[in-house]
Amino acid sequence: MKFAVIVFPGSNCDHDAYHAAKHVLGHDAEFVWHKETSLKGAEVVILPGGFSYGDYLRTGAIAQFSPVMTAVREFAMAGGPLLGICNGFQVLCEAKLLPGALLRNKDLKFHCEHIRVRVEQTDTPFTLRATRGQVLKLPIAHGEGNYVADPATLEALESQGRVIFRYCDAEGRLTEEANPNGSLNAIAGICNETRNVVGLMPHPERACEAPLGSRDGLVLFDSVVASLASSGALTA
Amino acid sequence: MSTVDAALLERHGLTPDEYERIVAALGREPNLTELGMFSVMWSEHCSYKSSRVHLRTLPTAGRRVLQGPGENAGAVDIGDGLAAVFKIESHNHPSFIEPYQGAATGVGGIIRDIFTMGARPVALMNSLRFGPMDGPHGARTRRIVEGVVAGIAGYGNSIGIPTVGGEIAFEEPYTGNPLVNVFCLGLSRADALVKGRADGVGNPVYYVGAKTGRDGIHGATMASAEFDDTSAEKRPAVQVGDPFMEKLLLEACLELMKGDALIGVQDMGAAGLTCATSEMGARGGRGIEIDVRHVPQRETGMTPYEIMLSESQERMLLVVKKGREREVEEIFDKWDLHAAQVGVVTGDGLLRVKDRGTLVAEIPNVALVDEAPVYNRPMSRPAYLDEVRRFDPSPLPVADPQDALFRILSAPTVANKRWVYRQYDHMVRTNTIVLAGMGAGVVRVKGTSRALAMSVDGNGRYGYLDPRRGAMLAVAEAARNVACAGAEPIGATNCLNFGNPERPEIMWQFAEAVQGIGEACRALDVPITGGNVSLYNETDGKAIYPTAVIGVVGLIDDAALTLSRTFRGEGDAIVLFGETFDELGGSEYLKTIHAQVSGEPPRLDLRRERALIELLVRSARAGLLRSAHDCSDGGVAVTLAECAFDTGGLGCDVDLPAGGLREDAALFSESASRAIVTAAEADVSSLLQMAARAGVPARPIGRTGGARLRIALDGRLALDCDLREAERRWSAALEGYFSPTYQV
Repeated sequence: MKFAVIVFPGSNCDHDAYHAAKHVLGHDAEFVWHKETSLKGAEVVILPGGFSYGDYLRTGAIAQFSPVMTAVREFAMAGGPLLGICNGFQVLCEAKLLPGALLRNKDLKFHCEHIRVRVEQTDTPFTLRATRGQVLKLPIAHGEGNYVADPATLEALESQGRVIFRYCDAEGRLTEEANPNGSLNAIAGICNETRNVVGLMPHPERACEAPLGSRDGLVLFDSVVASLASSGALTA
Repeated sequence: MSTVDAALLERHGLTPDEYERIVAALGREPNLTELGMFSVMWSEHCSYKSSRVHLRTLPTAGRRVLQGPGENAGAVDIGDGLAAVFKIESHNHPSFIEPYQGAATGVGGIIRDIFTMGARPVALMNSLRFGPMDGPHGARTRRIVEGVVAGIAGYGNSIGIPTVGGEIAFEEPYTGNPLVNVFCLGLSRADALVKGRADGVGNPVYYVGAKTGRDGIHGATMASAEFDDTSAEKRPAVQVGDPFMEKLLLEACLELMKGDALIGVQDMGAAGLTCATSEMGARGGRGIEIDVRHVPQRETGMTPYEIMLSESQERMLLVVKKGREREVEEIFDKWDLHAAQVGVVTGDGLLRVKDRGTLVAEIPNVALVDEAPVYNRPMSRPAYLDEVRRFDPSPLPVADPQDALFRILSAPTVANKRWVYRQYDHMVRTNTIVLAGMGAGVVRVKGTSRALAMSVDGNGRYGYLDPRRGAMLAVAEAARNVACAGAEPIGATNCLNFGNPERPEIMWQFAEAVQGIGEACRALDVPITGGNVSLYNETDGKAIYPTAVIGVVGLIDDAALTLSRTFRGEGDAIVLFGETFDELGGSEYLKTIHAQVSGEPPRLDLRRERALIELLVRSARAGLLRSAHDCSDGGVAVTLAECAFDTGGLGCDVDLPAGGLREDAALFSESASRAIVTAAEADVSSLLQMAARAGVPARPIGRTGGARLRIALDGRLALDCDLREAERRWSAALEGYFSPTYQV
């Protein structure tokens, strides 16, 4: 299994995603610099967290124009599993591969802490090994994770079952306190219409080893590996 | 320019004597550009002219020391062919004038010091001191706190280096002069440390990074003067940080350092281009010639004076091998950075500055770097000491234990700092194995079994009451804190924050503190590998508490045996290492409950401290401990509460020896050389034997379990409170100051 981790100038969780894929899970992984035009035969593509281009304009706003994004878009259109984590999620929204946008957290402060999300759907390549309603303990680390979309988009996301993760408490309940950033409908992660592109604000790659405080993020990686194994690998 | 008058000298922070020295060093009168260059290089901030004679006495050598003071940062050997590179630095003055940018650029500066050495920065910490958040200046202080924390977060989070811990204190003397001390640690191959030197006549000198603007001119001079009500006008001397630019610089420099095209590199921090060129030249015994026309500029019409003194951020100066220019330029191109060749290494030892070919300054590098005046300033013991040390606790009423505990837990200095560290990305790079707020910061070293623990500590009140002992206690506490994580202390860095050294009382405090650090570091075998001195921390003639902040780095051989402060499970034995004495002097109890800062700080027997630290490390390595927490601020009662916090409500039931002490002393005395540890029942006898062999008093005092915090003294219950209520107060206190509904 080969993972590609896209590196934009200002990406800073690229090493973390690479480490999780390569050293924790034991798969092939490769960094792909944003100026490159090929994904080097990767079967899974990750847009990692960080502050691409410093996030001085809007988060993710400039990265969508990087040369590599053409290949990423083609990969997504061909049905390849594409995961955007944190800033990667923001880039996917700016690139219109996912709908909606991420605004500043409701308290205007950066939040780094372990939170809980509930798995809402298991029919994506990144959640098929999870169970519906399963509560995952994952870290967040963002200042702009407040998910918004217009009412029609939101309605479409809900009716098509495209909300994949919601912020919840330890028992899986959706409460205001459990929503760290004010996201509409407690949305922590969504997928596209064809369900192969998933974006989320929490960091599953930071939750793959017990010494880091949680291994709940592994299920996303295990899922995509299982999904590819069962479907026959898709090569970019 | 030939007429140098007194006003011009004063604007440059130079004395007439110093001017005479400059004339002697040059053999002629300096022109204005040269005068400016001397003024920044001979400022207190860059030259350490008042502190140097004292700093020389610090122990800087040790079997693990790879790099002591004198380079951009110190380095120690951590095994597996790796080095830990670390340093602490202050950014006090800029943070008061412009909190967000002042703190942010402080973080940027210390990160550059680390990667300049060839190390990848992997952890940040900070030590912060502010005035009280209530009272007449409370609103301003809260704004400063918000700005400083947001600035640290904004820079560290963006560049992707975790801020893994630190300390924050709130005391009246920091009201007009907060302290922002930032620490960074990086990892490098031990045989690949990069030096800040110029060598090889004819080698090109490159400038890389942000363009030069007029920001920060005379920043180093500003940091070498007291504050008064005109300080706000100095805002233009504070720089603006660009963490994205620095991230690119960091990655590009580390990529360049993998090859062998680089001779030396230095960041342009305080005193900017002047400092980088003259220091690199002086270290290599070479000259450097540059033409300021080639320096990338952000503004038009900048004079050579402005270009040489600008402290614009995120700029590096590099000397590379002649013939390898293309390779170097390609690496910077990849990162969208422009590397401009601004000059060349020469053999004459001179810093020669030209402007479109016309000579505008020519100064021997050593004159700027090594020939700054060294002052052995007069010292005298301050008169206030006799007054504040005269302390008799007997007339003070003994406070109700539960009320006192709750009030101390709610004191901002002791309260939960979650509101702060939640704003810092403390997990990025997936190495943080003790999360922020849980004890010393600990990062694992990927590819090895090891981990590094780090702690920054100081206590202004102790320093005020006894500068020497206060500094010793800071070393002891930082070393003890890393030992509580299971780490052997292997190196230290210091940040010395004091008032105006031209006042004999301040100079005496400084000298005493340095003596104390030296004594403690020698006794604990923890060499000082570098650091920073910040003087003139005064506003309107009022000095801060003399504050020595010590950062200690410790090594854990087996990361799986790392410890944090929190209780781990029901029914573990709780053991107190060390003894409690009648030592309420300078304590949090005395300040919070009785509104007094007086008495003597706790005594420190360095032999006992060393025995305790060694015991903690040995017992952690043997796997005998389940948790460990240093017993300091707030005494044993607060320490036990902190062990129980963040556990989801795991309380404890203990019985302490009263030792004939007053109830408040038994609970809140801050005697040194103590720790609270827990162990599985089956390991207690081995642990006690190990303690006995080490000569450390150790006493099982109770067990973890239940939902209450129960502390008895000699069998009589002194404190029995609901743990959740205690934790709620501890957790809500700091955050409360920043809630939209906060009422003064």
